[in-house]
Amino acid sequence: MKILTGNDLATGDVIWWTGTGWSIHVDDAVDVGDKGDDIGSSEAAARRVNSQYVIDAVQNGREIRPAHIKDRIRALGPTVRLDLSLKPADPTVGNWVI
Amino acid sequence: MYRYDQYDQAIVDARVDEFRDQTARRLAGHLTEDQFKPLRLKNGLYLQLHAYMLRVAVPYGTLNGTQMRMLGHIARTYDRGYGHFTTRQNIQYNWIKLEQAPDILADLATVEMHAIQTSGESIRNLSADQYAGAAADEICDPRPWAELIRQATTFHPEFSYLPRKFKIAVIAADEDRIAMRLHDIGLRLVTNDAGELGFEVYIGGGMGRTPFVAPLIRPFLPADNLFSYIEAALRVWNRWARRDNIHKQRIKILVHEMGEEEFRRQVEEEWQAILANASDFPRKELDRIATYFAPPPFETGLVDEIDRTDPDFALWVDQNVKAHKAPGYTIVNISLKPANGIPGDITADQIDLVADLAERYSFDDVRSTHAQNLVLPHVRKADLYAVWQALAASGLAEANLDLVSDIIACPGLDYCSLANARSIPIGQKIAARFADPVRQRDLGELKIKISGCINACGHHHAGHIGILGVDRKGTENYQLLLGGSGAEDASLGRITGPGFDENGIVDAVEKATNVYLAQRQDGERFLDTYRRIGIDAFKEAIYG
Repeated sequence: MKILTGNDLATGDVIWWTGTGWSIHVDDAVDVGDKGDDIGSSEAAARRVNSQYVIDAVQNGREIRPAHIKDRIRALGPTVRLDLSLKPADPTVGNWVI
Repeated sequence: MYRYDQYDQAIVDARVDEFRDQTARRLAGHLTEDQFKPLRLKNGLYLQLHAYMLRVAVPYGTLNGTQMRMLGHIARTYDRGYGHFTTRQNIQYNWIKLEQAPDILADLATVEMHAIQTSGESIRNLSADQYAGAAADEICDPRPWAELIRQATTFHPEFSYLPRKFKIAVIAADEDRIAMRLHDIGLRLVTNDAGELGFEVYIGGGMGRTPFVAPLIRPFLPADNLFSYIEAALRVWNRWARRDNIHKQRIKILVHEMGEEEFRRQVEEEWQAILANASDFPRKELDRIATYFAPPPFETGLVDEIDRTDPDFALWVDQNVKAHKAPGYTIVNISLKPANGIPGDITADQIDLVADLAERYSFDDVRSTHAQNLVLPHVRKADLYAVWQALAASGLAEANLDLVSDIIACPGLDYCSLANARSIPIGQKIAARFADPVRQRDLGELKIKISGCINACGHHHAGHIGILGVDRKGTENYQLLLGGSGAEDASLGRITGPGFDENGIVDAVEKATNVYLAQRQDGERFLDTYRRIGIDAFKEAIYG
């Protein structure tokens, strides 16, 4: 699947396109097919996202995992500061990234 | 330390106002990201993996307690409670909101700090010896010269749109503690046979994709001609730099491709033309700046002994405390490399503590180092135990300076949008493998440097053991280099062979140290043994 990501313009938060808006949780992302660039351009023009781009991802049930490690780390947070990540209480979070 | 005059303060305040306006226009949609990006970069604001990142300049690595507290305030108020000291003696914050960035710059300006020229194609923050003004082996304090260059080049139109970023380092001692020859221009203050002060000028060093140790371009440059000579070198570079190819834009490429002799000839020719314009700064301006760097009022008649009754304290003294030029004083190195820590990271509370200690025990003086540590440069021997106790209570008394666990690591793929692989976890695993302090001290000086991509912010080319993270078909892979040095015996490491995964690289490092332990002769460091026996014995042990 293809998903759309970028950073919130004002806060810099990593965000994912949900079909109707943006979420900081990658599992909320939707398959944008071949519409990602158009959606991204429109959202950037509306100042809701910055530095947006489309990536490959894999869906497994309700979980979505970016294909590349860089985007998995973006989706989670720094692996060396799990207390600052989006899954601070998940002991298996290292497996999630790697 | 240098204090702003009315012009410095006006410039920085105006820059804050300007950036506040630019940010408001961006948030209002009047500027596109393409238009805004070069503006924010000129103020040290990057967009990194998780958020905006602000890099704050620490000119030549010198801070006072008030400035340190401001850094702690920023960590606490605008970030997530910590900052990260970098390999250019700066500090950066990883979780900045664009809408708050102008407020941060405004806060910094109140303590004579800024983020100007910490990014972009400009002359970056100057590096200087972290022991400046304290080192027993320096001929003078190099920082007035660094400050002079800073003033002369900040916002200078000729240096505002350079072909690429440009890094300058200044030292005044035989020992090179800042990788001077791995800068675009490296300057070492020396005296000639007549006793006159001048510079050895090294040009064309650097790391990154194509590393070079800078050759000596001028053995003796009269000190008063420093700026005109730098200007000449930059003009030659500006004239011939490969602006068409980002990988060939740095001055090191020009020096290499043009050849040292021809580059030297052209710089000399340009310099002679500039000299006719008398563009060098008058001596009185340097003298004015130098007054800010006058030695603090060192006491005399101090006790010159250290009570080593506490064994843990004694170990720390042996490893982290260095000789000072004033009797009764020492230089204290504060390691930011605790077990399981992140190299260079420091919490807001720790920053405040260091500020307190600097004010109370070190003439209000703190230094940051390119090795991502801090220094209290002027501590009385009689105060060492109190300083150590305070540091130990805050997790800042790791006795590992220059040992295997004192690892330089870039932020890597955990934070950096340019990185291909994570650096910090590799450093943590190596530090854990060699956690035994007895084993660390037995290995002796061993500088491990880790970069998460070819840009080499972790200085892997200059590590006794260097590690370069690469992307191998979407997975992290780590190349091992041996034999680099950023010190006065500067050299570039050689890649041993095929790379390793995350655990394999730790094993490879241990195998390399085992070769050293088996082969070392009296007094040899790891690097010495490597240079004596060559790479083959190490490759055999690592890959055999």
